[in-house]
Formats: sequence, C-alpha cells, structure tokens
Amino acid sequence: MKHRALPLLTLVALLLGWEALVRIAQIPHYTLPAPSLVLQTLAANFGSLAGSWWFTLKITFGALALACTGGVLIASVFALSRTAEAALFPIAVVLQVTPIVAIAPLILIYVESTTAALLLCAWIVAFFPILSNTVIGLRAADPNLRDLYRLYRATPWQRLRLLLVPSALPYFVAGLKVSGGLSLIGAVTAEMVAGAAGRETGLASRILEASFRTETPKMFAALLLLVLTGVLIFWSFEALSRALLGRWHASEQSD
Amino acid sequence: MNDAIVSLESVDKRFASGLQALSGTSLRVAPGEFVTLIGPSGCGKSTVLRLAAGLEAPSAGRIGAPALANESAQTAFVFQEPTLMPWASVFDNVWLPLRLAGDSRAAARERIEAVLAAVGLGEFAAAFPNELSGGMKMRVSIARALVTRPQLLLMDEPFAALDEFTRQKLNSDLLEAWQAQSMAVMFVTHSLYEAVFLSQRVLVMSARPGRVVAEVAIDAPYPRPPAFRSSQAYLQSCAALTQALEASQAPAA
Repeated sequence: MKHRALPLLTLVALLLGWEALVRIAQIPHYTLPAPSLVLQTLAANFGSLAGSWWFTLKITFGALALACTGGVLIASVFALSRTAEAALFPIAVVLQVTPIVAIAPLILIYVESTTAALLLCAWIVAFFPILSNTVIGLRAADPNLRDLYRLYRATPWQRLRLLLVPSALPYFVAGLKVSGGLSLIGAVTAEMVAGAAGRETGLASRILEASFRTETPKMFAALLLLVLTGVLIFWSFEALSRALLGRWHASEQSD
Repeated sequence: MNDAIVSLESVDKRFASGLQALSGTSLRVAPGEFVTLIGPSGCGKSTVLRLAAGLEAPSAGRIGAPALANESAQTAFVFQEPTLMPWASVFDNVWLPLRLAGDSRAAARERIEAVLAAVGLGEFAAAFPNELSGGMKMRVSIARALVTRPQLLLMDEPFAALDEFTRQKLNSDLLEAWQAQSMAVMFVTHSLYEAVFLSQRVLVMSARPGRVVAEVAIDAPYPRPPAFRSSQAYLQSCAALTQALEASQAPAA
C-alpha cells in the first residue's frame, strides 16, 4: 500500500505546488502554463494530437519490435559463432555510441521514406541493450545442465528450446525494459530532426510546431502524452517481467 | 573380463590447459556394484566420472562404457549441486531425461510420479526448485537420475553441501534405491565415513595426477541400517580406509 501511495502523493503535491506557483506569481501561460491549463489544452486539442500520438506510437513499437527480432537474431548468431561476434560486435558498438541526433540527418537523406528513416533511427537507439543482454543470456546456461543435455543426447533444437531460451529469458527481459524506453526516445529524437516535414507527423513535430507559435500550453500537452507513453511502456514491461519470471527468477522474488 | 559396466585401462587425461588430471588410471566396476572413489581435492575423481559418462575423452588409454552405447539413457549423472532448471517445476525437471528421449508428459507421468514418491517428494510435483530446501532439491536431482532406470549412476559428491543429518538420511535412501533397482553406482566423496557406509568397494586415489593406488573392500551385508554406523564392522572398515588413505598420501607414493 505504502509503495503505491507514496509516489502518487509526491506527484499530487508537486502538481499542486506548480499550480499554486503559477497562480500566485501570475506567471504568463506562454512562459509556464498551470497544470490545469495543460489539461484543458490537451482536452481541447485531443482530436488533432491523437493522430500524432498514434504516429509516434507506431514508430516506437515498430522500432521496438525490430529491435527484439534483430537483437535476438544477431545475438543467436553471436552465440553460435565467436568469429561472427568478433567481426560484427564492434559495428554494433559504433552504432550504439554514435549520438542519434548526429546521424539522423544523414539517414533522412539516404532513406526515401520518412517513416522508414524514423524507424531505422529508433531501432539504432533501441536494439543494443537487447542484443548485448541476449548474448550474455544465451551463454549463461548452467554448464552442468549443458552436460546433462549432452549425456541424454538432446538434439540442438531441444537444447535451444528447453535450456538456452529459458536461461536467456531473464537477460532478454532486462534488455527489453531498457529498450522499451529507448525506442520512445529514439522515435522522438528522430522526429525532432526530421522536423515538421512529411504528410504524417508525430508528437515531436507537434511540439516543434507549437514552439514556433509560442503555444506553450500545447507543448506541455504533447509532452504529457509522451510522458504517459513512456510510463505505460515501463509498466507493461514490468508486468511482463513478473508474469514470465515471477515464479522462479531471483530478480522478481520479494519477501 | 568384458562384463564390466565401466572400465578404465591405463587412462591418462591431460586438459587443454596442460593440467594432467589422471595418469595411468585403471579401474573396473561390475554391473550392480556400489563403488566409491575417494582421494584428496583435485585428484581427478570427478574427471573419472566425466570420462565414464562420455563427457570427456581420454588422452590415452581405453575406456569401456557399454551403458553409453545404448540408445535409451542407461547412464545417469548427479552433480554436487542439484543442477535443476529453476524455471521448471519439480515434475518437469524429473521429466527432462524422458522428454529428451521423446516421451510425452502423459506417457512419462506414471514413472515420474512413482520415482517422486520413492524419494519422498510425491506432494511436491508442482513446486518450483526455489521453494525447496537443499536436501529436497538433491532428492529431485536423484529422482531425475533414477527416472530412466539407469544401469549406471554416477554421483559426484552429491551430498557434500548438505548438513550431516540430511546427508545420513539421503545415504540411507540412496542405498534403498540402489537395492530396489539393479544398477551400478560410482560415487565420489571426500568423506571416508560416507564411503564406508555406502560402498561395497572403496577405491583410493593419489594426489594429482591421480590414479587408483589402493582398494578397500567393505565386507558388510546390506541392508545397512543407521545402526551400522556404530557397529564393529563399520569402525574397522573406517580404520582400514584411514590407513589406506594415509599410506596413499605418503610422499614416496
């Protein structure tokens, strides 16, 4: 009870303080809008913001899905062949350490479709935690259990399905939790670079657009939707982790 | 000569690291026999078991392990740790050897339930390993080894991490299981008391590179109740084995 109530109370106190500050100090809304005004603006503009929200969600989850598939596939190749890992891992590191804002303009030049370019940018940001965690996870199987599978002449498929995948699962889920947040960050960053161009635009473009017009409350309203998305992604992966690992893995045991 | 369930003839084992684990080791275990290997840490006892299980290949010498040639799992291995799959229930852990051999859950159910009842875990089929005590986890590990009705059971210090009380109880239960199934057991331990209580023969190994330097027969009939531990025969065997161990560690050896 306490661990649920405490963060909620903190949040309410912060919002009330913010509201009070704006009203008492009479801060103009184009500098800092009160939370109540942000909510009003969100309600008034929800129809138009929802379309952009949907677009950002598509990029985020599209990139995350690609990060999962790509990360797991590449990790499997690495787990099978140390040579492949030695050859390709540095490239993965280079992609990981290059700031996405710095390469996004190039990607937008080379990739015709804006949607595809955005997906690619968000994928580059998101895939690394899944890749590196899954590589470790696939190698983390108990050596004695590996011996046991050999003794009982398990086929490679049995070994993968019954031993390697379950052993790697906690590592994969930990990577997924990080990548979930990163894919949203990647999507928004790439949208920021892409600007308000294109037929379809996401929440980041709406923030830019509102900023050009000094519509500060609208900027906050779009930001609120982004925060909400991030929190929902975090919560759903926490729940997924509990569902998958709750019964057996130390990371989900509480007492 | 050829009816041994395991035989090593002048076996050397040198690892890639250059470590020489075994040098000229010879031994044989007859079907249905209970043989224990004892010796100082690092003398290659575990390596002997791994060779017998086919998990390692010898650098020189010959190994006979007819139980390994058989398609159905005739060799079972129990490690020092319970080595259970933490994500699987007790039932599914015991199912593993049968599952790998292609038996469905339904086809295996009867055998799994019987072997779980035999090790005293009939009520715990649905439990997960992290809900069990150390002794219970080891019982699951033994149940998993017994479920295929192996001809050869290899046990690598299985009870070393358990408290003395649990260990004695599991020793008695192991002897019961051994007598119920006609299988040979090759048992590795640090404890000469455990070796005497369990075995028909105890093989003493020298320090690394290991080889078998002495053999002590424990001439006491089975079943051996806990009272066997205070019998004259037991104490004499302990004394004889202590002597053999001391002689094997003398610098001249």
